[in-house]
Amino acid sequence: MKLDLERVSLEYPNGVRAINQVSCGIDRSERVAIIGPSGAGKTTLLRLLATALRPTAGTLTVLGADPWRASRGELRRLRGRIGMVHQAPPIPPRQRVVTAVLAGRLGQWPAWRSLASLVYPLDMPGAERMLARMEIADKLFERCDQLSGGQLQRVGVARVLYQQPDLILTDEPVSAVDPALSDRIIGELNREAIERGVTLVASLHAVDLALHWFPRVIGVKGGEIAFDLPPVRISDAMLRELYASEMAQVPTQGYQPFETMVPGVRRKPVYF
Amino acid sequence: MRLVHWLVMSVLVAVAWASFGYLSLDLGRLFDREALAQMAKYAISFFPPDLSADYLVRIWQGTLETIAISAIGTVMAAVLGVVLALPAAGRFGAVPRVAARLVLNFLRSIPELVWAALMVMAAGLGPFAGTLGLAWHTAGVIGRLFAETLENASPEPAQALRLSGSRPSIAFLYGTMPNVVPQLIAYSLYRWEINIRMAAILGVVGAGGLGQMLYFSLSLFQQPQAMTVILAMLALVVIVDGASAWLRQRLAG
Amino acid sequence: MAHADSALQPRDPAALPRLALTVLVLALLWPGFSLTEFDPAVLIDGRSRETMGKFVSTFFPLETSPGFLQLVARSTLETLAIATAGTVLAMLLAAPCALVITRSLSISRIGPGPGYWLGRILRLPARFAMMFFRSIPEIVWALLFVRAVGLGPAAGVLAIGVTYGGMLGKVYSEILESNDARPAAALLETGSGRTAAFFYGLWPVALPELVSYTVYRWECAVRASVIMGFVGAGGLGLQMELSMRMLNGGEISTILLVFLLLVMLADAVSAILRKVTA
Repeated sequence: MKLDLERVSLEYPNGVRAINQVSCGIDRSERVAIIGPSGAGKTTLLRLLATALRPTAGTLTVLGADPWRASRGELRRLRGRIGMVHQAPPIPPRQRVVTAVLAGRLGQWPAWRSLASLVYPLDMPGAERMLARMEIADKLFERCDQLSGGQLQRVGVARVLYQQPDLILTDEPVSAVDPALSDRIIGELNREAIERGVTLVASLHAVDLALHWFPRVIGVKGGEIAFDLPPVRISDAMLRELYASEMAQVPTQGYQPFETMVPGVRRKPVYF
Repeated sequence: MRLVHWLVMSVLVAVAWASFGYLSLDLGRLFDREALAQMAKYAISFFPPDLSADYLVRIWQGTLETIAISAIGTVMAAVLGVVLALPAAGRFGAVPRVAARLVLNFLRSIPELVWAALMVMAAGLGPFAGTLGLAWHTAGVIGRLFAETLENASPEPAQALRLSGSRPSIAFLYGTMPNVVPQLIAYSLYRWEINIRMAAILGVVGAGGLGQMLYFSLSLFQQPQAMTVILAMLALVVIVDGASAWLRQRLAG
Repeated sequence: MAHADSALQPRDPAALPRLALTVLVLALLWPGFSLTEFDPAVLIDGRSRETMGKFVSTFFPLETSPGFLQLVARSTLETLAIATAGTVLAMLLAAPCALVITRSLSISRIGPGPGYWLGRILRLPARFAMMFFRSIPEIVWALLFVRAVGLGPAAGVLAIGVTYGGMLGKVYSEILESNDARPAAALLETGSGRTAAFFYGLWPVALPELVSYTVYRWECAVRASVIMGFVGAGGLGLQMELSMRMLNGGEISTILLVFLLLVMLADAVSAILRKVTA
């Protein structure tokens, strides 16, 4: 297993159990979506996988290694192979797009190269290619604080694409983005995972996106896994129960009401 | 006014009276006919100021020296200030933080003039002592401000970079520095403006520039020359004020 | 897909301006190094390092003999007295000037009357005089007064009086002008005279701000008095200068410590006073 959680728990100092004895395995080049109501533990789970948080119980294996038994150097190298797309790109406002994108490979470059790139960007064509995939190649030398929210989000994705990680994690990457753009972003991430044969784990707010793009969907509620199924096997009742606390409506991207599934009709996911 | 106010006022008046008494300052004697006449004679000896070409050239050199003292001193201060600000912002732990803050406080509590006098003791008379004096004091000021800026800077960008495998120092440069460098530069320029005024004065303890020229000319009873130096100081301040106001307007507009 | 198309290689538009700026700054700083006789070797070269180490060690231990401490205590009191007397002198100088400067405005805001034209004639020269007083650094004034009235605290008191008089005058007039004249106007409407209207209407409103700024200036005066002592105007500064001339590091350290404590004390007193009179 590339990614393995074995009875992993995370308990905060105030006693709250964000993740409760979760066991789960994800293979190399699998594409998995994580859905669930707010506060269910989606972000925590993702941050555990990103090695940002340390489990208080259980064993965690990421890319075949236990990050918390590794030496500092090994952990750093491991993290270089993990790319995270955040909900709000953590980029300094005054930084230029080209530098922000090139920062994706800081974990892989030697120190001298990182320093030199600060003064003069060393791989502008590479950055430009990634931005072109996100359709904002013309913003190469703009300052990040002059971009719209959607454009900034695309820069964040371009950075992860440039990093070429073996594990792509995304934490609600499109909840602040309009539906057409979010479709394109999720699509591009899926395409990257398939083309390079790497693992993609995406926590998503909008259920329709998850069901549409991913062959495996994990529902999380109350720090535990509610279900772990391909979309065809997920029924409306399961979804409604998952989001039972959430304002009586299952969240979707376009804020359209979720269509009731007619019993007997199998939902076809999109693979390519 | 309340009773407390009256009490405080009377105490203050008493203290003020006592001060004059302690100094055995008889303002009346200070301003009596003879003293006033003497002061008037001294004041008149300053005019007309010496505006000969030779002396103006020396004044020009003194002004350049003053500006150089302030510029080099501020640059040194910025470098030292940044170096001290990193531990002072807690980047290397709690103990270095306390130690660095103590050093910064020590540096900025001692006025520039006192530092300059100490540096004259250490490095001899001349502009280098003035440069060092300015540098030590200003380093304390800039360092403290920069430490606070660093502590308030948002940690997310650097954290995200560390999570993708970057070394902490590189993550700092790419993630935190872009947020704080503009403020640092702006504040250093502001301090430089203040330091130009300071550099002009430091010379009175032998630290070079216009101040040293003033001290010498007064000691040698060359009042017209001293007057020229004072006029040069005033002109320098006016020009610097004007230039910085103009620059600020251009950058903001 | 990997080979770079050099023809399509983008060029960083910010590179040239950045380079130009860096070169410019360096070019401007370079002559500064020779102008300031920049010579770090003086501080750190082999032979000098010994001197530097010895230099720093001369500052320890602090000089604590009773005779010296008494001298320092007297000098501290002298510095406080210079600062206080100087601030009082500054107030005496600033108050009439401020009134002259603002009288035409505040009185005319309250209501017309005699004294208006006198105020207007004196306004410009008063403004100019105060600007002159505060533009020349206080230490230059100290130097001048030392030459005029001799070494000692008198020069310090006069120097502070003159410089701070200029500053106080300007700020007083600003405070008076910016404060609400309506209480005074109300008094006028109910029939009181103009002076009474001023003193019972405008003055109490402006007083807390005036006091606050004056106390703040006193705190600055304490520091300035020490610095002016360096050029002979008495107090701690004069003592420190004497100790420096004799290269007595221990005495310098003691005086420095006392200075730091004094500044903290003045800061505390100033904070308390401003709270009480607010």
